[in-house]
Amino acid sequence: MAPDDTNVIDQPEVLKPRMVTIEISGKKYEVPEGITVIKALWYTGQEVVRGAGCLGGFCGACATYYRTKDDPKVRTCLACQTAVQDGMSFTIMPPFPARKAIYDIQTLKDPKQDLFNLYPEAPLCRNCNACTEACPQKIDVREGVWKAVFGDFKSVSEMFMDCVMCGMCTPVCIADIAPNLVALYVSRAQGAHFAEKPAGLQTRIKEIRDGRFNDEWKKILKMSEKELADHCATVK
Amino acid sequence: MDIHALQQIVHKTRDARRKQTIPKFSPADRDQLIHKYHPDFRASAYRPIRFGPNAGDKTVVELATLLEGDSPIQSDSDLTPHYTTDVLVVGGGGAGCAAALHAHGAGSKVILATKLRLGDSNSVMAQGGMQISVAPEDSPVTHFIDTLKGGHMQNDHALLKVMVEDGPAIAQWLIDLGVLFDRQADGNLHVKKGGGSSKPRLLTCSDYTGLEIMRVLKDEVINQKIQLLEFCAAVELLSDDEGRCAGAVFKDLDNHRTVVVAAKSVILATGGIGRLHIQGFPTSNHYGATGDGLCLAYRMGAKLAHIDTFQYHPSGAVYPEQLIGALVTEGIRSEGGHLVNAKGERFVNELDTRDVVSSSIIRECEEGRGIRTMSGRVGVWLDTPLLDAEHGPGTVEKHFPAMMLQFERFGIDISKDPVLIYPTLHYQNGGVKIDTNSETDVRNLFVAGEASGGLHGRNRLMGNSLLDLMVFGKRSGLMAASRAASMQQGTLTLKHLQRFRAEAGKHGNSSGVISPMVLPAYTRKVG
Repeated sequence: MAPDDTNVIDQPEVLKPRMVTIEISGKKYEVPEGITVIKALWYTGQEVVRGAGCLGGFCGACATYYRTKDDPKVRTCLACQTAVQDGMSFTIMPPFPARKAIYDIQTLKDPKQDLFNLYPEAPLCRNCNACTEACPQKIDVREGVWKAVFGDFKSVSEMFMDCVMCGMCTPVCIADIAPNLVALYVSRAQGAHFAEKPAGLQTRIKEIRDGRFNDEWKKILKMSEKELADHCATVK
Repeated sequence: MDIHALQQIVHKTRDARRKQTIPKFSPADRDQLIHKYHPDFRASAYRPIRFGPNAGDKTVVELATLLEGDSPIQSDSDLTPHYTTDVLVVGGGGAGCAAALHAHGAGSKVILATKLRLGDSNSVMAQGGMQISVAPEDSPVTHFIDTLKGGHMQNDHALLKVMVEDGPAIAQWLIDLGVLFDRQADGNLHVKKGGGSSKPRLLTCSDYTGLEIMRVLKDEVINQKIQLLEFCAAVELLSDDEGRCAGAVFKDLDNHRTVVVAAKSVILATGGIGRLHIQGFPTSNHYGATGDGLCLAYRMGAKLAHIDTFQYHPSGAVYPEQLIGALVTEGIRSEGGHLVNAKGERFVNELDTRDVVSSSIIRECEEGRGIRTMSGRVGVWLDTPLLDAEHGPGTVEKHFPAMMLQFERFGIDISKDPVLIYPTLHYQNGGVKIDTNSETDVRNLFVAGEASGGLHGRNRLMGNSLLDLMVFGKRSGLMAASRAASMQQGTLTLKHLQRFRAEAGKHGNSSGVISPMVLPAYTRKVG
């Protein structure tokens, strides 16, 4: 079927991409404008093993530092989610040696107090806001660290639902806090210790254990293929 | 015409469409539609596998070629182990982490090896939710029936029964680990309705369900000090004198060294094959989804099931170019988002099963009612602003923050403008045949998650994958641990490989293809 020209999205830049000059880890290359940073690496012939993960903005593997033309500010992004532009300079961030506390989430006695034993640096936040500026997920990281320290675990768990654990908040922290790891601990503690136990779930688990559905199973599992198909058709 | 002009048809027809009800297809019409338009029925894309446990069965050419491929390991390689363990888990996604945690919890020494980082997987990207029958009006039996219907009645009944019955206990396990599922005001789990389901059954963590679960599981694997081998890609399995699985050979991607791990039992949790781009489709899958586990298990002698059927998620992004293939969550349709063709018409009940919705989108595009981008791609509109119109301003932003952000990066506000979508290669419905303990035809070789086959029949329902991962991750972990506790480590051999090579030789296999693929070949050959 011939495509209908009235139903075309005008994207000349895709048909004939304009080439732009970028700099990868200090070396200059020409690449099509608008491709993602990770695709630019492939385009320039570079194998990527470390620095690529889900390619969909969820895993945080491709944490990247970049700078744009004529702007001295070094910014952060996810390489799979950011388009290159002329004059852009970037380098993928290696995994940062942050310290993750080891804990048994289920046996914590006083999770809010335990935060200070597990992450003693957390209350030392100096309010510089560099973490928030570094976050590609637009989380108010500084606010989150403060709320964690003040025991508002519920707010922290909500604020950090978007956190992809890229870790870009960590190297910029002048108090050596790893805010994403603090938030992960706080969120898990919130879920395991402070969230209400869902009563309906307990009921269902008990029903299954007590064999409430056994008769129905028996009926279904001994049906012929045809009977089962007919039965399925009645369930809307 | 530019995108904003073309989008006007969606805005103009919205009010009229809101008054419409689109009936679901009758079973006969569904079948006809799928046979005509679903990529699984394009005969030219398929060929029979020439040898091995599935000789004569058809699958897509890309997969058949890899299954018949040769191992990168010499048959007489030195097999002195670098590591020895009770349970070896290959794969660091949802199934791998669940398997490792349960095997470790059962007292086994566990090594978790993964090609990329711990957690890099399709699991982390799961947005829609996890099906578990927790609502009072729902039941595991209804979950079973819905899944069977979705799978075209081809699902393995025993596997399916186990999955739906183990589900609620899995939810409890995750909650105890600190996973924050969305709640109702009364503290009960909030459930949403997914495509093809008769009852609301999807547990969600905003639209970050997979991310939230994986953050917690990864953290727990580290807290439990389970030994990790990251950036180690499995390239061959090892067998003992009796043909049982006894370990694996890895390639360390950092220094290209070969690493041999001796294990009493092995769990493959290597995920799917989206990055093979079968039939040229874009994919929603992560970088490492190259079907490695299928090749490894096949060479070892394990039979595969349903490997001729794949899931094309109805809504992969088509515009902007940077997001091609990326998933536009089914949640949008669950909440009432319309699919709209170039004429401003709806053409399918948006909550029908994924294969039906995908087929109908392909039909619209092939019959000239799609919207073509200048890069030659075609799609249909998904009316995202409708959600704000229907449920109040701010709904899209509140319920789909991940998607909002993803499009916002390219200057698109999906709460104001519809998005252009087309089916994207999303899931491998089949895989290595397993029993209810997750064990394959090869003793001591377990497979869990997307690499396994049988459970989902010929089409997987939304939200059943996250549950599959956790249930069979757990079962494989517990069974592999119990097996390991009752046996001695077998002698490491490559006898299965010698047998496979002899068989390949008889069929004149000289394609030169080495499998598994490990990583897709995206690097441009410059010069």
